[in-house]
Amino acid sequence: MLELTSVTKVFYPGTVNEKLAIDDVNLHINAGDVTCIVGSNGSGKSTLFNLIAGTYPVTAGTMIFDGEDITAKPEYRRAMTIGRIFQDPTKGTAANMSIEDNMITAETKGMKGLRISLNNEKRQQYRRLLSLIGLEDRLKDNVGLLSGGQRQALTLLMMVMSSPKMVLLDEHTAALDPRNAQTVMDLTKRFIAEHRLTALMVTHNMQAAIDFGNRLIMMDEGRILFDVSGEEKSRLTVEGLVRLFKDLSNKTYATDAGLLTKD
Amino acid sequence: MIEGIFVDGLVFSIMVIGILISYRILNFADLTCDGSVATGAAIATMAIVGGLPITVALLLSFLGGVAAGMVTAAIHNKLKIPGLLAGILTMTMLYSINLRILGNKANVPLLRVTTLYTKLPQYFSFLSPEWASLVGTLMVVLFVKVIVDLFFRADLGVSMGAMGGNEQMVISQGINPETLKLMGIGLSNGLIALSGGLLAQYQGFADANLGQGMVVQGLAAIMIGEFLFSSNRISLLTLRAIFGAIIYKALMFFGRKYGYLVNITPNDFKLLTGILVIASLFIAQGRSAASSAGAKRKAIARSQQRHDSEEDTTHA
Repeated sequence: MLELTSVTKVFYPGTVNEKLAIDDVNLHINAGDVTCIVGSNGSGKSTLFNLIAGTYPVTAGTMIFDGEDITAKPEYRRAMTIGRIFQDPTKGTAANMSIEDNMITAETKGMKGLRISLNNEKRQQYRRLLSLIGLEDRLKDNVGLLSGGQRQALTLLMMVMSSPKMVLLDEHTAALDPRNAQTVMDLTKRFIAEHRLTALMVTHNMQAAIDFGNRLIMMDEGRILFDVSGEEKSRLTVEGLVRLFKDLSNKTYATDAGLLTKD
Repeated sequence: MIEGIFVDGLVFSIMVIGILISYRILNFADLTCDGSVATGAAIATMAIVGGLPITVALLLSFLGGVAAGMVTAAIHNKLKIPGLLAGILTMTMLYSINLRILGNKANVPLLRVTTLYTKLPQYFSFLSPEWASLVGTLMVVLFVKVIVDLFFRADLGVSMGAMGGNEQMVISQGINPETLKLMGIGLSNGLIALSGGLLAQYQGFADANLGQGMVVQGLAAIMIGEFLFSSNRISLLTLRAIFGAIIYKALMFFGRKYGYLVNITPNDFKLLTGILVIASLFIAQGRSAASSAGAKRKAIARSQQRHDSEEDTTHA
């Protein structure tokens, strides 16, 4: 599904601030894989997502997605088949517009035409979809009036509506309170199972990373430290993960364990 | 006299709708307006003086404005500079272009030629010439309003509104925001130039300096309109802009007529318009401060009440 070959990203090349953010990463994601990516702050998780989504170009290396070389493809064109949810709940929806207008924009990907697609039949359909997240009576309300959890749930719903081939979840529950985070996470699991989505999820929650999906990748200093899947992954524990991290990165427990929180 | 204010306001309202599109819907602070309104006036004037039909002249004005807007959007998109600066660049360049269009003259009159405002009294011969102008202009404005309303309810227009609220969201939906800006700023300036084309015919001449300070006047009209009622429906946003434009022109009319009583001359109007915009912002700010102060009072009253009832139960 997704094949990264020798992908490298250097920020501010040729200046004193030069930083090697992604260091020669090779990664193969199979169709149907649900992969969690863990790692301390600054390990390159979000940069890797930005490179896959096309927010900025790679310094070197190639990316093949679904048989097509996407290395030079602009972000908006990659978004036709790759869905993405950000940590910030305000990024996925337009606050100045009603829920129904947001949904009609998400319904079909790509440049829009002069048709008025929003009709009562569509509104019925949206009401049914919105009943999943308890917003069925608020079609005409501006999205800016919703809470962070509701907005993130709506973003998730809108992403699923457009049936992407792969989804990138960038700590999408981190800004929510525990109860809302749970709701959004349950919805995520449900949608991934129902639509057999290929998913990559960044998280700081070690337990969630162990429980969720069939594959786990740990990153450190722009490299993939380890990559476990299937049977091996299901045997992982939080303690085991932290020990693995300590052994492989040659870093002391005290400095990094704090960043890899248990819950 | 009263008809004059309305015609003036209605001609101006098409420009205000254009500014509404760039400032409020696309969230793009576009200063191209000061140049493109004069471009529209110049194109319409030269076309009519050259013997072209009025509809063709207005269509050319519109297209000239679209081109000007697209230049601004292209500068912004390709050179990654703020929209404000891109607009100033285009506006400055347009000043020279407008003089060229006018044949290197600063002012071209529309004398002894057929314009919309000599034809309208013939069409509506059962009305007085002033009312004929009013009815004709109203029809043009309503036509523009309905087209704009339909456009912003269509999928393309909705995605433009989404971009104004959140550019990342539009990218995530697989839409190139650069293309949306090219079309949106183009449409905005097309309407502004169309308004310029009508204005030239109404006042009977085109002037290279016509556009000076137009953006601020348009913003003043939008802000006046926003005091009337609040809504997120496009049909009401454009209606509000039209009302705001008429009220603004009425204020200017009375300023011109009775201003001498307080020693105000038309030379002071730009200052007054600026003060009007600042006052509008100030009042809007005051309103939101007042409503949060009200909420605070209620919250204090609520907690006081709760406190009192707790005390009652402990005493009992």
